[in-house]
Amino acid sequence: MTDRPLLEELRLFLGDPGAWWGTGSIPFRLGEHLLLSAAAVIMAALLVIPPALWAAHRRRGVTAAAAVVNIGRAVPTFGILVVVVVWLGLGPWPALVALVALSGPPMFTNTVAGVMAVDPAVVESAWGTGMTSWGVLTGVELPLALPVMAEGLRIAISQVIATATLSALAAGGGLGRFIVDGFAQRDQGELLVGAVLVAALAVVVEMAFTRGQRRLIPEGIAPDGGRQGREHR
Amino acid sequence: MVGFLNWDWVARNWPAILERTWEHIFLTAVAVAVGALVAMGLSLAALRRRRWYGPITSATNILYTIPSLALFAFLVPFTGLSTLTSEIGLVSYTLLIIVRNTVAGVDGVPQEVRESADGMGFEPARRFWKAEFPLALPVIMAGIRIAAVTTVGLVTITSILGQGGLGYFILAGFRTFFWTQIIIGTVGSVLLAVAIDVGLLRLERLFTPWIRRAAA
Repeated sequence: MTDRPLLEELRLFLGDPGAWWGTGSIPFRLGEHLLLSAAAVIMAALLVIPPALWAAHRRRGVTAAAAVVNIGRAVPTFGILVVVVVWLGLGPWPALVALVALSGPPMFTNTVAGVMAVDPAVVESAWGTGMTSWGVLTGVELPLALPVMAEGLRIAISQVIATATLSALAAGGGLGRFIVDGFAQRDQGELLVGAVLVAALAVVVEMAFTRGQRRLIPEGIAPDGGRQGREHR
Repeated sequence: MVGFLNWDWVARNWPAILERTWEHIFLTAVAVAVGALVAMGLSLAALRRRRWYGPITSATNILYTIPSLALFAFLVPFTGLSTLTSEIGLVSYTLLIIVRNTVAGVDGVPQEVRESADGMGFEPARRFWKAEFPLALPVIMAGIRIAAVTTVGLVTITSILGQGGLGYFILAGFRTFFWTQIIIGTVGSVLLAVAIDVGLLRLERLFTPWIRRAAA
């Protein structure tokens, strides 16, 4: 590393107008980071939540699915990233695939856990009043499962924001660029700016979601329901 | 995928694969053991003084939220490309899960058990170690298992710091676009995670024989 003191390095990096405006600037990388994270979470939610709801609603294949998801949790994100790089080449895709794989499991397990945890008496009464299967799922099970599902979404979002940093290793964008480039060029100022920004973003988004989570929860059910099922396995 | 691998490479590099597997196990074991000890201390503090539970979970949650790459980047100027840097990062990710499960596990011990222990004249420390802790052990172990599986995956990232166990092969394969190395690193890491999970489950059964007896 260079001999300049850290503060001097920081001043040099932040004093460059390129850090604030244009391609590769801090706002640009921040936008890339958020876009990549949002795309990954939305794709994973679309892929994973409908089958999870169906499986839990029908009480079918739940154990098998849970086993697959648990193994999925053990697959290192770094490994997936590299596999996709070799397969599709460098760019934003490897990180997107790796992040979708990362955020699927918590949303899947929490959706299943949420639906399965709905009071059977409530579901029985819904059937008893002559509701259709679709009606029971969307009108009773889904709303009552929302707190646990929201917790799964929160875990997925915070993991994705943190891990989107790895995108830079596959020549993708995002705040990880500052860390990887700073590392490669022995630029401690850039390195530190990247590390602080990613850590701060992850913490801020996590706190914002914890606050917003309450709004996702229908009135009148479990005041602290959002805390359950967090580490459900 | 079987025909896909260069088995000749695998055979020639078998000693290196074994060596990296041991390194992976070592990095994981140290991280989980140190993490469990630190988490146990934090949990005891939180159980003793309820007011501390909030701040302790917030602090460990922030540690858990910090991306591994960022954390390593922070530490490298101080601790260098060393095992210490890797372990500080790996340990810090185990704390939240273990603390939360330990506190939840002890909280879940039935009140009658506590009262019986008090009634038998157990002083608080003995009550904790002889009654509350063993009954909370399944929940605590569930936390340790999640922490261990997560750590096995994270160890691969420490290959960037010149360690990484099987992650070394992922990084090396990444540089040369050599499939066999990438697959060995990734699949090896998954198998290791599953093996460690099963091993810890066995260990838990060993320490909680009454649960199987009750089930039988």
